[in-house]
Order: sequence, then C-alpha cells, then structure tokens
Amino acid sequence: MSDEPVVSEELKSLLNIEFGPEVYEIEKGMVRKFAEAVDDPNPAWQQSAPPTFAAALVPAGLLHKLFNVRTPLTRLLNGASELEYFHPIRVGDVISVTAKLTRLRQMEGKEGPTLFMFTEVTYTNQRGEVAVKGKNTYIKY
Amino acid sequence: MAEQVFYEDIEAGSEIPALVKYPTTMQLVKYAGASGDFYQIHYDKDFALANGLPGVIVHGWLALSFLGQMLTDWLGEGGTLLKLNGSYRGMNLVHEDLICNGKVTKKYIEDGRNCVRVEIWAENPQGEKTVTGSAVVTLPSRG
Repeated sequence: MSDEPVVSEELKSLLNIEFGPEVYEIEKGMVRKFAEAVDDPNPAWQQSAPPTFAAALVPAGLLHKLFNVRTPLTRLLNGASELEYFHPIRVGDVISVTAKLTRLRQMEGKEGPTLFMFTEVTYTNQRGEVAVKGKNTYIKY
Repeated sequence: MAEQVFYEDIEAGSEIPALVKYPTTMQLVKYAGASGDFYQIHYDKDFALANGLPGVIVHGWLALSFLGQMLTDWLGEGGTLLKLNGSYRGMNLVHEDLICNGKVTKKYIEDGRNCVRVEIWAENPQGEKTVTGSAVVTLPSRG
C-alpha cells in the first residue's frame, strides 16, 4: 500500500458538483432488452420500465470520474442502492439524468482502508417531472 | 398471473410469495449489456479471482432487480411500487439459487393511499442474506 491518501484532493473536488444532464431516449427495444436481461417476463414491461431500469440510465460523467480517480484503492463493489418512484418511466419518454457525489467516508475495513462514496441521481422526464430519485453507495477497497 | 392482492388481505407479518432465480454467467453478460455495467468481476472469472473474489459474482443491481420482480409480481396491476432499496451485504455466485423473500412490516394510510412497508431480502443456498432492504408499495382496496 502506498502513502497516497485514500481521499485525494481530486476526489474531494467532486463533492456536490452536479454532473449532467445526460439525456436518454427510452426506446422500446432498450426496455425489452433490460427486462430480458433481468429475466422478468411481466407484460407490463412492454410499455413501462421495470423497477431497476434506472440503473441502465447511467450518469456516466460522474461515474467515470469516480471510478478512474487516482487512489491506492483499486477494487470496487456496489454497496447499496435506493430508488424512489414518482412517475413511471415509459417507452417514448426522454429522461435527463443528473448526478452528484454527496459524501465520502473512509473506514478501516477487514481488508484495509475502505472508502464509501455516496451518490444521488435524479431522473427527470420530458415534462420536467422528477420520475425517479436514486441513491447509490460505491465501495473502494 | 396471480390474483390481485388487496390492502385488506394483508397484515404485518404477511409473507410475499418467494421468487427463486438461478443467474448464469450468460445472464450476467446480458445484464452487463443492458445496463452498461461492464465491470469484469461480473463475467471474467480470472479477473474476479485476481480481485480476491470466490468467482464471478452477481451484480448487486441484478439481485435487486429480482427483488423488484418479486414485488411487482405480488403487486399485480392494481398496486404500485413507491420505494425500493437494498444493501449488498454478501455475494451471490453464478450457477446457484438466489432466493428472494419479503414480509410486510407495516400497513398505513398516507395521503389517502393504502401504503404497505415490506422488508425484503435475498439469500444464497447457504441461507446467508446477501441483500437486505425494504420497499414501500400501495395496494388497492376491496371496497
């Protein structure tokens, strides 16, 4: 393990900066592919998105930064996910995704230093309504 | 499809019908493609082993998707999902059962809606809880 800090200035500089919007057109084939991938044959997913579909609307700008920031911790796991639904995401919607890093927490885990990165993501539809809000915790160790 | 479940039918302690899934490496590859999560621990066994993992592990989001399926199967057309969350506490390996469970913890009326709080969890075949979480749903009335 190097002496490099686990929480670098570069990482800290990302805190509470809003990334996006990244705009996703919700195509029928994309929803069908997701439902097939999770192996959920519910016919409702021909028109609207299954519960975890938001995971496919990636806030790539923020995640690319988080996963590639210089740190001595090289391994990554997903720690927790949380979704709150306000309006269904339907085929034909256009969803704008914005995201930010809200908190960093360093702990001493059983495999050495462990870093928790807390993110919040907002999914807004073409009518300006917040469709879904998400929170995710990523763990670097 | 099962018959519609109604708010009046359930109480704290009511169990949700379990859902057993059997994720394969092929399914994880499909999920990687559909979600855009191409982290190699989910399909490249050599990479997973070199990262100190016991093998290819199921995406946390995929396990949570299975819990979501269990809930929406139970809710039917008349219910809605308001909140869903899960903490990934352990690992699910491919080519073994992933068992989804849920239990009602509370029912209450809020903003005129029949809300139900549900504890949810996923287990591996050893009976270890690999995902624990909760959900809030609405159910229709018989009325």
